Parts: sequence; C-alpha cells; structure tokens
Amino acid sequence: MTVSALLILIYVLVLASYLGFELISKVPPTLHTPLMSGSNAISGITIVGALIACNEMGYTSVAKLLGMFALILATINVVGGYAVTDRMLKMFKKK
Amino acid sequence: MSTAIQIAYLIASILFITGIKLLSKTKDARRGNMLSAIGMLIAIIATLLTINVLSLVEIAVCMLIGGAIGLFYATKVAMTKIPEMVALFNGFGGLASFAVALSDYFLKSNTSLESLDAVNLTSIILSVLIGGVTFTGSLIAYLKLDGKVSGQPITFSGQHLLNLVLLIAFVATSVLVFLNPGNLVFIGALIGISLLLGVLTVIPIGGADMPVVISLLNSYSGMAACATGFILNNNVLIVAGSLVGASGIILTQIMCKAMNRSLTNVLLGGFGQTVTAAAGDGPAIVVKEIGVEETAMLFDSASSVLVVPGYGMAVAQAQHVIRELMEQCEKRNIDFRFAIHPVAGRMPGHMNVLLAEANISYDKLIEMESINDDFPNTDLVFVVGANDVVNPAARTNPQSPIYGMPILNADKARTVIVSKRSMGKGYAGIENELFGYPNCLMLFGDAKQTITKVVGEMKEMS
Repeated sequence: MTVSALLILIYVLVLASYLGFELISKVPPTLHTPLMSGSNAISGITIVGALIACNEMGYTSVAKLLGMFALILATINVVGGYAVTDRMLKMFKKK
Repeated sequence: MSTAIQIAYLIASILFITGIKLLSKTKDARRGNMLSAIGMLIAIIATLLTINVLSLVEIAVCMLIGGAIGLFYATKVAMTKIPEMVALFNGFGGLASFAVALSDYFLKSNTSLESLDAVNLTSIILSVLIGGVTFTGSLIAYLKLDGKVSGQPITFSGQHLLNLVLLIAFVATSVLVFLNPGNLVFIGALIGISLLLGVLTVIPIGGADMPVVISLLNSYSGMAACATGFILNNNVLIVAGSLVGASGIILTQIMCKAMNRSLTNVLLGGFGQTVTAAAGDGPAIVVKEIGVEETAMLFDSASSVLVVPGYGMAVAQAQHVIRELMEQCEKRNIDFRFAIHPVAGRMPGHMNVLLAEANISYDKLIEMESINDDFPNTDLVFVVGANDVVNPAARTNPQSPIYGMPILNADKARTVIVSKRSMGKGYAGIENELFGYPNCLMLFGDAKQTITKVVGEMKEMS
C-alpha cells in the first residue's frame, strides 16, 4: 500500500470518528439499547470484507473456509441486529 | 475497484451516518434504523456485483444460513434478554473481522509474500488482536449475563501480571511475524494469545458492571471492523467501524460516570469483594414494613408518583403490572412518571426498553439529571428492584464504596416505598441507609405479586 493511500484511509478514520462522537452524544439515554443493537448491525459491515475475501478465494481452501465462516457470522449480525432494533423501536410510543 | 462500487460505498456511508443522526429523536429513530439497513443492503449488493459467478451459490447459502439464524434470534428474544443478545452479536462481529483478517493473511502468504507489506501486516495483527479479544470476551460476558457462568468476579493472584505478560508476548510475537511473515507458528501464537486475553480480561468483572463491559466490547467490534478496512483498503468498512467504535466509547464513558468509577477500575475488576468488612460496622438499620392495603391507600392519596425501576423489576417481570398501577393512578389524575438511572439494568437504556415493551409512553421515562430536582416535590416514590442507585450514602458517607456516585434523590420525597424481595444487600454489598429513613417504608415480597395485589386493592377502592 502506498503512503498516500494509507493517508486517505487515516483521513476517513479520523473524520468518521469525530462525526460519530458528535452524532452519538446527541442520542437520548432512552434509546441507548437500540443504539447498541443498531451498531451491532452496522459492525456487521464486515460482511463486505467477508464477501471480498470469498471472492479472492480459490487459492487456498483455508482462506475460502474462513471467508465463508465470516460471511455467515456477519450476516447474523446484520439481519439480527437490524431486525431486533426495529422490533424495539416499534415499541417506543408516545400517548 | 470500479468507480460505481466506490459510489455505492459512499451512499452506504451517508445512509449509516443519517441513520444514526435520526436516532437523536425518538419519533424518527425507526426511520433511521431503516435507512441504515438500506445502506447495508446497497453495500452488500455492490460488493456482490464484483464477485465472479461461480461462487455465488456458496455465498447465497452462507447468507441464507446467517440471515435465518439472525432473524430467528431477533424475533424470538425476550426484551429482558437483549443484553445477552448484544453481547453475543458483539462476539460474532469480532469473530467475523478476525476470520476476514486471517483469510486475507493465508491468501497472501500462499501467493505473494511481498504483498504483505508493513501496513498490511500491522492491520492484520491489530484485526486479529481486537477481533480475538472481542470474540472470547463477549462470549464470557454472554455466559455471565445468561447465568451459565457465575456473575461473581473471578479473580486469582497474579492475574494482572499474567495479562501484562501476555500483552508483552503479543507485541514480541508481532515483531517476529514482521521478520518472518510466512511463518504460521507465529501467527498461530498471536491467535492463541488474543483469544486468551479476551477471556482473562472479562472474567474478573462482576455481573452489575456488565453495562460497561458490553459497551466497551461494542466499541471493540467496531474497531475490529475498522482494522479490517485497513487490510482491504476499503472506506465503507472504516466509516461504519468508526461509527460503532465511537458509539461504544461514548456509552462506556456514560456508564463509568454514572458509577463514579474509572474505566481502569472497572476493568481491574473484583468490585464489591473488598468492602464487605467495612460494611459490617455501624448500627444495624431498623426498617418499617408496610402492607399491600396501606400501600394502595398511599397511592390513592398521592398527587404525584415517581417510580424508580432497577434490575430487580426485570427479574420479577413486574413491568406489565406496573403499567396497570400507572393506569389506576392516572384514572385518579395522579402525576405518574419514571426516574431512570443510567446504570439501571444490565446494559445502557435497558429499563427504557422494558417499560416501552409494557406499553408505557416514552415521555414518562425521565433521565436522572432532568428528574432529580423533582423528588422533593413528589408525594410518593416507589422503588422497584433498585438499591444502590438510591442509596444516600453516595452523598453522605465518604467511607462508602459508592461515595460520589450520582444517585436518584429518592430519599428527598415525602414518602418512599421500597418493593424488595428480602433485606438482601445491593450489588455493592453495602447496607442501604435509605431503608432506615423515617420517610421510608418497605413492601416485602415478589414485586410482581405484591404490585398485582396493590392494583387489586386500588380497583376495589374506586
């Protein structure tokens, strides 16, 4: 990886972290549990990494199996995380 | 990577950010979650388009298996068990990043060793460390929350020294990996050490410190995704990972502040074990008991009521009958609200979800800072399954282990009724001075059963 490519990744990391801190400190305590299950789902973004790993497979069976294993786990996080967050947020009603 | 895919990742990142922004208002939160899910769908479809056709069947099978497990768990899980689910999912996230990092390593070490440059190796090592610690740490947290492993802190002498030695060993092995990138023994050692570190860092932490631990592990799972982003040179992984990392860190800070403890203090563990001796002295607390009928009468004559829920309410499953109590009070035009301490329950915001499930309007759930000044003007405070968060010793007794912890000022109300199973001590293992106060009355028994009786009495009165 070239230095400039690495620097761009670091740029993204720093800016996204700052943005994250700003936005999340505004989430009310009432919603902290859905925030956590929702971020569970977002951390399932590793699914993209797993798909890329699967795509590059075929070289060794170990890499392939690990990629597929990661794909299953990340899908559990994505589907389960979003579904349970929606289930919770549906319950928050104002009368 | 083609421009189209980069644009798709950019759109996905924007949707994740917008989704989290919408979480700042309860009424928009559900839409925010939807947007975030759409972002994920776009990222997945865009990635799938780059995959060669041959492997699509295998990918579909993997995603169907994962999707079915996730959906099944999400629809079946009881709201009291959400902390367990979040802990488990943190672990899956960590393990997924761990597996992707290793997959990338094996791929490159088998084809072109020179493609494993310094940046790549560093990212792989970090991903293995954070992912591994997140995986086994979350698994232990899950087992503790679920009661499969004792919630008590597990400590032994030399524990911190052992962790330190392991950390140094990890750094040393990392250097060896840099010198011999193709050597599988060293990578194997890194895997072993990180998995062991995860177990060792969570076992000394007690059950009621779990809100801090889950928040921290949540943050780790995001950081692991970030590290994976550096391995694959992928921006969307870094954006999403840092959002989750930031979220976990903020929640960790809030939880620590609400317990007046530093993160180091929580992580070193063993809280509540050393204080029992000190708690023994001081005069025994004499309490006044109250029966169901008198409780009903007190509710009937009050004009304002504040309920302080704690983990005990969730254990007794008393939230639905509390809603019935609320309906009885509202019929009598009694102002009925809930005062929520940030660490009530086993994860941040846990009480709010349980009460929302019991169909209680969210504008009745008031956080500590907003409600604390209202206690002196409140006729009746009803403490259900909470203990340390209403202990005035936190304000008055510098010797108390919880001294300095922000508490709900329940003692300042005109009358306090505490629903409690028995005179057991709270998590901190200390006496609660509040129970001996002249304005405090104890309603002993299972919260669900006694409150059901109180509601019955109130129905007869009207």
